[in-house]
Amino acid sequence: MAITTDLVVPVETTVPTRPRRSRTRRLMPYLLVAPAMLVLVVLLGLPILQNLVMSLQHFGLRELVRGGAVFVGLENYTTLLSDGTFWEVVLRTLVFTAANVVLVMVLSTAVALLLTHLRRAMRVAVMSSLVVVWAMPIIAATTVWQWLFQSRFGIVNALLVGIGLDQFDNYSWLANGSATFGLIVALIVWQSVPFAALTLYAGLTTVPDEIFEAARMDGAAGIRLFRTITFPVLRPMFGLITSLEVIWVFKAFTQIWAISEGGPNDATTTLPVYAYKVAQALHRYDLSGAISVLTVVMLTVLLLVYFRQTLRQEAD
Amino acid sequence: MSPQRLARRSATNTFAVVVVLLSIFPVYWMVLTALRPTTDIQSEHPTLLPRGLTLEHFSTALAADGFWSFWRNSAIVAVGSVLVALVVAALAAFAAARLRWTGRRAFLLIVFAAQMAPWEALLIPMYVIARDAGALDQLGTLLVIYVAITLPFTVLTLRGFLQAIPVELEEAARVDGCSQLTAFRKIVFPLLAPGLLATSLFGFITAWNEFAFANTLIIKDQSQRTLPVWLSSFSNTFGTDWGATMAAATLFMVPVLIIFSVLQNRVTGGLTAGAVKG
Repeated sequence: MAITTDLVVPVETTVPTRPRRSRTRRLMPYLLVAPAMLVLVVLLGLPILQNLVMSLQHFGLRELVRGGAVFVGLENYTTLLSDGTFWEVVLRTLVFTAANVVLVMVLSTAVALLLTHLRRAMRVAVMSSLVVVWAMPIIAATTVWQWLFQSRFGIVNALLVGIGLDQFDNYSWLANGSATFGLIVALIVWQSVPFAALTLYAGLTTVPDEIFEAARMDGAAGIRLFRTITFPVLRPMFGLITSLEVIWVFKAFTQIWAISEGGPNDATTTLPVYAYKVAQALHRYDLSGAISVLTVVMLTVLLLVYFRQTLRQEAD
Repeated sequence: MSPQRLARRSATNTFAVVVVLLSIFPVYWMVLTALRPTTDIQSEHPTLLPRGLTLEHFSTALAADGFWSFWRNSAIVAVGSVLVALVVAALAAFAAARLRWTGRRAFLLIVFAAQMAPWEALLIPMYVIARDAGALDQLGTLLVIYVAITLPFTVLTLRGFLQAIPVELEEAARVDGCSQLTAFRKIVFPLLAPGLLATSLFGFITAWNEFAFANTLIIKDQSQRTLPVWLSSFSNTFGTDWGATMAAATLFMVPVLIIFSVLQNRVTGGLTAGAVKG
């Protein structure tokens, strides 16, 4: 290796003697990243800006068609913050996020630990079925979910009636707010567990067996082994996966929209769905923009609080 | 084996079977419904195992109005956005991994931030911008949005793959008289191929599955719709024909499943292992 670097250095130093080539060389990196920057500025920066500006204007159907929106300062934000419905949606979003993330983390940890205890054939079977779930497109899954929970011919109702719960005969899941909420949580948990479980399992396999053996010799087992050894070792990974799940669930839109469009009676309207409905149904693009801005702010605050907590724990 | 260990083993195996069943059942039920006769689907007492199988629902789904044009639209936006994102990202990843320049850290920071971007929050502003620009109801609009969505991930992964390829290989080629670009083309590019394959397949899946923007930006011109939007409104097409709906969902999933199995087998990396020792 020493030989190659020695040889390369003279090659590099001969370059600056030719000024024209040196200038293109200096500009080269900027030319190379220019297309990527252009894409990000136009397709990410511009919509973010448009959203911010809209949230500070009066922007309804008239302004959408004719233009000429007027600046109103923080009026849209004060309207939202003093609106009971908005806070209901915020609370619902937090409950929705907490329910999903807790279930995903508990179940995927259990599955990851299970994988470490299985013999090869069984482990391959579990991992393959997780990969199949992971590969299922969201819209295919929402469609299948609607069929599973269909009131008359759905298999879920048939199984529930089969075990003696007769009230589920022809039960209409999508007509009841909390049933729809639970059904969407079940769907998102089912879709999210494979990624989290397989990543945690990959993390577990990097922990040297000796650590576990030493702990077992000292008499640690079961929950104590998990609390004293497994969890501390995997804490950074738990942190990463939890925050990824929080982000994904908090801004989940497709599953909710495809299954219930936020209904019935707004029972499944979380912040992203609310922002969408306020714009599409009420044509209040200004309020919708403000909801989106507040959503991103809340998500950021949530994650910052979480990261500070984790950092403090690391420091201890 | 002691009875205690035997009990523990059968408990873990039972848990494993439950996990497999809960994971696979919805997928199994989708395929089974797609394959069983309508009389078995519309039964008050559905059976868990098939009694008879038929391909009738698949032919209904394939013959549905517009299926092939929606399929083609999805393929165009997915393949197109992958190709564009790959070229744009490869250039940027090369600059970020191999060249020294002022602003490199800032660029990487922007890309990291963009990867976290809450795209769902931009549906409405994107709609307003596309409307003003006269870009609604056009596949091209979806294509460039998918480029933007997949770009940050593609840049970061390609940069990772590039960094894993030892600079010494390139330097050796340059000692032998290659220019930096030739060295890149002849030496690095072939080694990068698995990375390119992996990222492009993930990009393809993202674009193939995307629903929210496709549903918001294609409104009036139904011929420009993509498969996810079509599938989500299955009741308009198939009514209560669950067999055909599940057949369509199965057909929609097949390309993704193929890609996942390709990824598992081929992109296990390690092509450069052994090229440089010490």
